Amino acid sequence: MAVSEPLSIVVGRALEEVAASGDLAALDEVRVRLLGKKGLLTEQLKGLGALPVAERPAAGQKINDAKAAIQAALEARRAALEQAALSATLARGSIDVTLPGRGRQPGTMHPVTRTRLRIERIFAQAGFQVAAGPEVEDDFHNFEALNIPANHPARAMHDTFYFPDGRLLRTHTSPVQIRAMQIQKPPLAVIAPGRVYRCDSDMTHTPMFHQVEGFVVGEAVSFANLKAMLHGFVERFFERSLGMRLRPSYFPFTEPSAEVDIECVFCHGAGCRVCKHTGWLEILGCGMIHPNVLAAAGIDGEQWQGYAFGMGIERLAMLRYGVDDLRLFFENDLQFLKQFP
Amino acid sequence: MKITQHWLEEFTPVGGTAAELGAQLTLAGLEVESITPAAPPCSGVVVGEVLSCARHPQAERLSVCEVTTDGADRLQIVCGAPNVRAGLRVAVARIGARLPGDITIERARLRGLESQGMLCSARELGLGAEHDGILELPAQFALGLDLRVALDLDDMVLEVNATPNRGDCMSVFGIARDHAAARRHEALRYAAPSVAAAHAEGFAVEIAAPRGCPLFAGRLFRGLRNGGASPLWLRERLRRIGINSISPVVDVTNYVMAELGQPMHAYDRARLAGRIVVRPAASGERLVLLDDKEYELDPEFLVIADDEGPVGLAGIMGGRRTAIDDRTVDVYLEVAHFTPQAVAGRARRLGLFTDAAQRFERGVDPGLPQRAIERASALLVEICGGAPGPVELHRVGTHSVSASRVKLRRTRLRRALGTTVPDEAVRELLGAIGDGLEETADGWSVAAPAHRFDLAIEADLVEEVARLRGFDSIPESPAQSPQQPGLATESEVAPERLVTAMIDRGYHEAITYSFVDPAWQAQLFPDTQSLTLANPISADMSAMRVSLWPGLLRACRENLRRQQSRVRLFELGRKFVIGAEGLQEIDTLSGIATGTRWPEQWGAPRDGVDFYDVKADVEALFALTVGVGHGVRFVAAQLPCLHPGRTAQVWRGDQPIGWLGELHPRLARAFDISPAPLLFDIDVALGFTSKPILYKKISKFPSVRRDLAIVVDENVSLADLRENVTVSAAGVLSDLLVFDVYRGPGVESGRKSVALGLILQDSSRTLTDVDADAVTTAVVARLRDVFSATIRD
Repeated sequence: MAVSEPLSIVVGRALEEVAASGDLAALDEVRVRLLGKKGLLTEQLKGLGALPVAERPAAGQKINDAKAAIQAALEARRAALEQAALSATLARGSIDVTLPGRGRQPGTMHPVTRTRLRIERIFAQAGFQVAAGPEVEDDFHNFEALNIPANHPARAMHDTFYFPDGRLLRTHTSPVQIRAMQIQKPPLAVIAPGRVYRCDSDMTHTPMFHQVEGFVVGEAVSFANLKAMLHGFVERFFERSLGMRLRPSYFPFTEPSAEVDIECVFCHGAGCRVCKHTGWLEILGCGMIHPNVLAAAGIDGEQWQGYAFGMGIERLAMLRYGVDDLRLFFENDLQFLKQFP
Repeated sequence: MKITQHWLEEFTPVGGTAAELGAQLTLAGLEVESITPAAPPCSGVVVGEVLSCARHPQAERLSVCEVTTDGADRLQIVCGAPNVRAGLRVAVARIGARLPGDITIERARLRGLESQGMLCSARELGLGAEHDGILELPAQFALGLDLRVALDLDDMVLEVNATPNRGDCMSVFGIARDHAAARRHEALRYAAPSVAAAHAEGFAVEIAAPRGCPLFAGRLFRGLRNGGASPLWLRERLRRIGINSISPVVDVTNYVMAELGQPMHAYDRARLAGRIVVRPAASGERLVLLDDKEYELDPEFLVIADDEGPVGLAGIMGGRRTAIDDRTVDVYLEVAHFTPQAVAGRARRLGLFTDAAQRFERGVDPGLPQRAIERASALLVEICGGAPGPVELHRVGTHSVSASRVKLRRTRLRRALGTTVPDEAVRELLGAIGDGLEETADGWSVAAPAHRFDLAIEADLVEEVARLRGFDSIPESPAQSPQQPGLATESEVAPERLVTAMIDRGYHEAITYSFVDPAWQAQLFPDTQSLTLANPISADMSAMRVSLWPGLLRACRENLRRQQSRVRLFELGRKFVIGAEGLQEIDTLSGIATGTRWPEQWGAPRDGVDFYDVKADVEALFALTVGVGHGVRFVAAQLPCLHPGRTAQVWRGDQPIGWLGELHPRLARAFDISPAPLLFDIDVALGFTSKPILYKKISKFPSVRRDLAIVVDENVSLADLRENVTVSAAGVLSDLLVFDVYRGPGVESGRKSVALGLILQDSSRTLTDVDADAVTTAVVARLRDVFSATIRD
């Protein structure tokens, strides 16, 4: 009979059995055998009655201690087995996190739009409003009002698309200057982005491209202000400090007129293929608005003066993104478009 | 226009390299586009003389020459040039000489005879294409002189781009004058000594168009030689600035034009009949010019005519009939002033681009003919011999050229430039551009010199001061801008928000040309009129688009051809529609979709995109509008270019705002786009106005859902069902879902089962099952009555 076995041996064997249980069912079996109604420890407690009264408390205490130790072992083993089971379940449920995500993929913004929006943002923060005008223009707004009368040699610089009725596709965004000044009174600060058209198509010309016209009219808006604004613009646009120079030039609608060169963004002015080894890149034209233009728009040139500038969006996009062929902008090749998130 | 540095230095010192000169000209407004050496590098080539010349014993075409390069040496040189002869001064490339093209001259044997060098042609020296024979040098060239020195080959050529307002800079002297004003604050003047008349004969000239031709100078030269070649120095100068040598007389007129900017024309006196008249052309009058082409004229053109008809197009080009040639003996030289108004645009109308027209339309100094005719006379006498008659100045009335005065106010200068220019600097700069600078009470007054057609108003002088002083001298100073609040409207969806929405739904933004192929456009929109360009780049880019679809379809097709199988493109741009009130430019958002519904990926079926996919994209755009989105309806409609059963016209309120549909299969085949793409087109101004958001109180009471599967005829649309459900469930219907549309077993043919989810909610109480059932019953009853709907379990 097991009664005769010493308690320590019973406990030692019990702990070994607990440790050896491989799963929750086996562990439960062990628990019943040890602590159940007919379990070994229960039997031991029942055997207390046979002891002399004086020994009973001490013996009882020992049995209870043994029982507690076994219970603790059972509990610990059960927690360990549960954790292992959970880990196994999770391991079975793991996935390949490198598979691509599912569903729709985003499209892309055309680099001309991307560039236009950046230009608009830079000038909007300087207080410029955005204006628009028609693309099918009349001779007055595209030429006459801009101080380019018929037969003016400057018309040769604009290869103009005409319609049979004498209307034309605007050759620049400058007509918006006239339209805006006819509607609003100074002081004014406006930019006008949009499509323009020239009857010219080769490696470096497309018959349609985009310009941004900008102009400011006030009582003391000066050439010095123009220089500051444009230098600020190119540095914000290219996000670095850049040398800039203004070269005297000629546009019928501004005087003085200037071409703006910036330090070549590819070679930092050292000279490379893109800047034709001059270290400079021509990026826009500007000047003080010609008094005849103010007059054509009904603005008093004695009280008001201002500056205007015009830039090609594609040109800026090409310099910013390193695009080397203008025609790519209008081929809409997805391999090209997808490079501009 | 090209000039050379040494030519310029004949008028004003340069004192620097060509690159420095180029930078100075550029920064003064004369953009230098290129700087190139006048001749490629060579060394060891000297002036020599052929002492004797004999036929090579073994080769008929070769000569054996004895050449000296210092009077003492005797070099045996074998030469194949037909023009080699004893006594000729030649360019001798001695042994060891290096020629352009990396050629080194070595001792050689030619058909058995030693050659101790080479006699050079112009082409071998990089001085043009001439290769008919060796270069013949002038007899006065010293023996042994390095050819680079003898021919001034170390000169540099600058290509200068003078802007259209600077006719005065269309010549070597003109550029020198501007450079002297900018660099040295010095006013250059050109003086030509007069050439005395050797006979008294002149030529009768009548000016019948004094507005266009206020002054006509002429001179008759007798006994000229126009045969043979011009002197080498003259040919070399012309070659460097890109002008071909024609004949001595023509070369002189071109030379003086390049030097002074005054175009002139030489007539063969023997071919002129009677007298000369300067007059407007008659309507339909015809004239053959020096380019051998016949032109039809009208009274807008001025002609020079003799008794037999026109002999030249004034200020543009001379006529064939009176042209000089190598037998010409007597020359009548015309040096006239034509006003810009009489010449501008005329050459362009005839498709001509001539040096003369380019100068006259920009403005030539009316005082220049008298000086230029003397300069040309001196050269003609020197080069061609002959006897000049008197210079005859023909002018009508007292058309004197009086300089207009232009004022510049000190305050204006400061206000325009935003900086102060010291008075003495202004005096110096304005003093250098001409005569007659005067101080006034508030500034200065300048007499605009006759050669400056661009100095007429105060702004011109502001520019002149800024330009000559240098734009670099003007500081950058930020403006004091007025503090004005900007716009942040909610009355329309910002275009860039629409663009972003399309991008987020997987579309790539395209930009297509505003002019399209009229054939494509007519196929798509047979009933729509379009605007057509008078001078398109090409026939397939001649019609202004009435829709963005032609461009998008072309872009789609090109991408399919480039092996893209799934295309999603959109464009936001204008279409040009001719309506009752004339042309309208309408901002339009359009898109095209073809290929699979989803980008190819694991775990998604490869179904093709269909109407409802693109409809969701369009609806997503309207979801950006507030308060008006519910007014958007898609109504079955027809458009010739779209599939008749898969087309919706989009309405907002009572206004049509666009289209959505599948390209007609016939056109998909015609355009070679497969499968047929979906297209949409929404008027931005009408489609995307919006309202400020008005918050609606959130109901605290739970919603109840009731699902119904109802069977109706195929032709009953969801819009019909929605309308009736909304009426029956008025007040408590918060949403209506469609969660299935089924056709097939269990549903008789010609009918369909539509599964509807009714979300019911009241704002004032919790709906009970009894309430919900009552609503459902009412809905079912109405659908049964209106559409003979049956309930499917």
